[in-house]
Amino acid sequence: MTFSFWHRQKRERELDEELQSHLQMAARDRTDRGETPRQARGAALREFGNIGLIKEVTREMWGWASLERLIEDLRYGLRMLAKSPGFAAVAILTLALGIGANTALFSVVNGVLLKPLPYPHPEELLWLAESKPNFASGSISFPNFRDWRRENRTFSSMGVYRSYSFNLTGLGEAERLQARFISSEFLDVVGVVPVLGRTFLPGEDDIGAAPIAIISESLWKRKFHASPAALGKILDLDGMSYAIVGVVPLSFDLSGNFRDVDVYVPVGQWGNPLLPSRGAGLGFHGVGRMKPGVTIDEARADMARVSSNLAAAYPDTDTGIGAFLRPLKQTLVGGVSVLLFVLLAAVGFVLLIACVNVANLMLARAAARSREFAIRAALGAGQGRLVRQLLTESLLLAVTGGALGLLLAAWGTRAAIGGLAAGLPRASEVHLDGRALLFTLIITFGCGIFFGLAPALKTRTPNLHDTLKEGGRGESGTRHRAQGTLVVVEMAMALVLLVLAGLMVRSLTALWNVSPGFNSHGVLTFGVALPPSMRNASADGIRAALRNVDQQLRAVPGVEALSLSWAAVPLSSDDEDLFWIEGKPKPATDNDMNWSLSYVVEEDYLKVMGVPLERGRFFTAQDNEKSSHVVVVDDVFRRKYFGDEDPIGQHIVLDNKGGRAEIVGIVPHVNQWGLDSDDKESLRAELYFPYMQLPDQAMVLSWSGTGMMLRFDPRATAIGDSLRAAVRGISDEHVMSKTQTMDSIISDSLASQRFSMAVLGIFAVFALVLASMGIYGVISYLVGQRTQEIGIRVALGANRTDVLRMILGDGMKMTLIGVLLGIAAAAGLTRLMASLLFGVSARDPLTFLSVAALLTVVALAACYVPARRAMRVDPMVALRYE
Amino acid sequence: MEVDILHAVGVEHLQPEPKMSPRYQNRIELLQGTLDLLVLETLRWGPRHGYGISQAIRLHSGDILQVDTGSLYPALHRLERQKWISADWRVSENKQRVRVYRLTAKGKKQLESERSRWAQVSEAIAGVLNPGKRESEA
Repeated sequence: MTFSFWHRQKRERELDEELQSHLQMAARDRTDRGETPRQARGAALREFGNIGLIKEVTREMWGWASLERLIEDLRYGLRMLAKSPGFAAVAILTLALGIGANTALFSVVNGVLLKPLPYPHPEELLWLAESKPNFASGSISFPNFRDWRRENRTFSSMGVYRSYSFNLTGLGEAERLQARFISSEFLDVVGVVPVLGRTFLPGEDDIGAAPIAIISESLWKRKFHASPAALGKILDLDGMSYAIVGVVPLSFDLSGNFRDVDVYVPVGQWGNPLLPSRGAGLGFHGVGRMKPGVTIDEARADMARVSSNLAAAYPDTDTGIGAFLRPLKQTLVGGVSVLLFVLLAAVGFVLLIACVNVANLMLARAAARSREFAIRAALGAGQGRLVRQLLTESLLLAVTGGALGLLLAAWGTRAAIGGLAAGLPRASEVHLDGRALLFTLIITFGCGIFFGLAPALKTRTPNLHDTLKEGGRGESGTRHRAQGTLVVVEMAMALVLLVLAGLMVRSLTALWNVSPGFNSHGVLTFGVALPPSMRNASADGIRAALRNVDQQLRAVPGVEALSLSWAAVPLSSDDEDLFWIEGKPKPATDNDMNWSLSYVVEEDYLKVMGVPLERGRFFTAQDNEKSSHVVVVDDVFRRKYFGDEDPIGQHIVLDNKGGRAEIVGIVPHVNQWGLDSDDKESLRAELYFPYMQLPDQAMVLSWSGTGMMLRFDPRATAIGDSLRAAVRGISDEHVMSKTQTMDSIISDSLASQRFSMAVLGIFAVFALVLASMGIYGVISYLVGQRTQEIGIRVALGANRTDVLRMILGDGMKMTLIGVLLGIAAAAGLTRLMASLLFGVSARDPLTFLSVAALLTVVALAACYVPARRAMRVDPMVALRYE
Repeated sequence: MEVDILHAVGVEHLQPEPKMSPRYQNRIELLQGTLDLLVLETLRWGPRHGYGISQAIRLHSGDILQVDTGSLYPALHRLERQKWISADWRVSENKQRVRVYRLTAKGKKQLESERSRWAQVSEAIAGVLNPGKRESEA
């Protein structure tokens, strides 16, 4: 820039010199012909013409003229904006908010939905699950997985994973590590390249293979100071020694689920006796990589073939079992895509409203400036030049707004991620990257052109003569109609946003009012693990140790009731049992068995969860390993399996829990599957089983970690610390982990609804403010324009209330048309967000009517201020004004 | 080959609106195209400064074509930007610094094509002015 400026000055001097030399030569020729030097010079100058003009025309040829004009326009634009700082500030802030919100949301959508997954050839990756009678995408049994892996022809590799947690001992203070059991090729499927060492090899996931482990980069740094010597070192997990063979990079993750994982261990190391059983899912899900060029339909057909072969070979367990395949990305982010697109659409509306508002401001200004433009045109400015001037001004506003908006977006993106918290997969991949910046650039210029063009087009045909004669009143008709239209559009879009926000508010209210079947207030859940030395303890030994934990914790001040729990935290964990009812024929295959959710708890569970007893009795301390087995069932269970019969006193046979058990009580249903969708699930029957009656082989497993639920006195302070101290008090090696209140589990389950309500609410308020600003501005402008007319009306005897009614009527007309259009648009759009709604229809009349009323009242209030001004017009002043 | 007469004459239509009087605007438009040809042709015989070019055109046309400076310099600077001519400073025999233009290789080619185009245009115009003659030839 400085260079070209300097360069240009040089050329200016040279041009001057060139022309001067021309003049001198012309004059010399004349003196040579006998003219006096004075005459010669004068004649040469006359012949030459207007030097200034020639210079200017010549300069045009240098090709810098457009840049020069741009700078001139910019300077002029800045001066005009500085003259009306109020207008500039409102316009820039409006745009900054609009553009900022859009950029923030776009970068979230971009990071979560648009960007491909950060693995090599992500399009080949599928998520795998087992489809079974009660679950469309349930967990995969390990033997089935091994057959899938061997028999398929369309996958280059597939792997399964399952979460777990280990007690790490022998490396400083004992701690609880998040872990995954994985099959050998799992890490290779997604393309993880270890920072150190290797991934697992085929066969290393066999049951009985040597114990090895892969650790995370963070654990490697924390415990081994990132030393290469960590390879081959021994990790004591749950008292077993695992040799470290590799380190997985920090960047590896699968939808935020693997972020806190510190250890990967081959599946075969899991001591669960059910692992080799084909009928047991055990929480395994898989990831597969299709061979290049294979489509998901081909993969599905292939897996259908494999499944039907398995069903033929193992009819007892595999009848009705299939493979469920879905693109990995869809599994990871599918849950939030509707929400994000709704929010993106909403924020797009906000930007449109912002643009319309600024366009309106510009229109009003253009009207006020029509004289200025007429004068400039009269002085020789071309049409193009004036349009360019207006566009320069609007782009100046847009770019300033965009720059500010980018700052807002940097903050807003973080806020969005924070707001969605656990609800947002791939949150770590959300950045203000190049694509988001490009998006900002495009919408910024789009806005600038959009709201600059409206007034620019209006000034395109200025009738100089009329405009100048009209004395600054501007042309009336067309401009008013343009502004009126913009206000109508604004009202309509504001109404749509208000409806969206209103529906979310209604949904969330409905959700909060859902009774989950238990009282979540004052309930704490956490995990407890016994020392690794208990690894080989007998079932009785474990029972004694767990009873000791119960006793120690019960003594903590503030604890009112507690219960060990296995899969008994609604909304958080689940386990299922197969059974048949005694007296009815035993089903031939697992597949024909009855299914139930299964909560393994102790006698105080109902007290902890605030669940009432409907009939019969709940467990007592006497329902233990020495007494005969009992179960309690819920309402849904009773209705489903017994209908009108009384189940109390009947027996069921539980294959995995020691056989025959007597039903002794009935309790109401609790919402296992969440506040909103529980009643849509197929598996809802619940049964309760006494913890101490767990069969020995299951009991010995619970040393490594079991759940604890307790009800505490809300007045007790720092209950978490007291409990932790109590657990540590039993022994150094007892570990307490994953402390959560039941309230936070519920509120986390609503995170995305709460977030979308908050965001839509903010957008709606913003839209409401903008729209009322818009209508206020237009009505004020109209009143200003019609001052004389009103003066005449009043002078001719019009009632002041008539004036007020006339002005308000104008505003109302725009508002009502906008509201009607908005209702029509909203009715069409809200259907798309039906999946986000709960307990309210997408066309809920109450919501529609109340937001329409709200918008109308606010718009009326916005019109009232200028309308009152009109009412007070003094006819004498108004008419003399001319 | 078809010759676009409008284009040959009216490139100036594409120029942005300069702030100048209609007088100059008209002259440029009238001379456009032909002026380029005249300037290039003049430079074929050796480098010249602006004044020299205008004098040469005047001389060779028997005082009929008087190139207006308001057209000449914009034309020279435009041709220079199109790289058909180049310019540098020299000292004249009167010990005066003058800006001298010379034809570039690209300019020579352009001159060729402008000449042949001119020939076609004048032939075409002649045909229009004397239709009988042309028909008798055909």
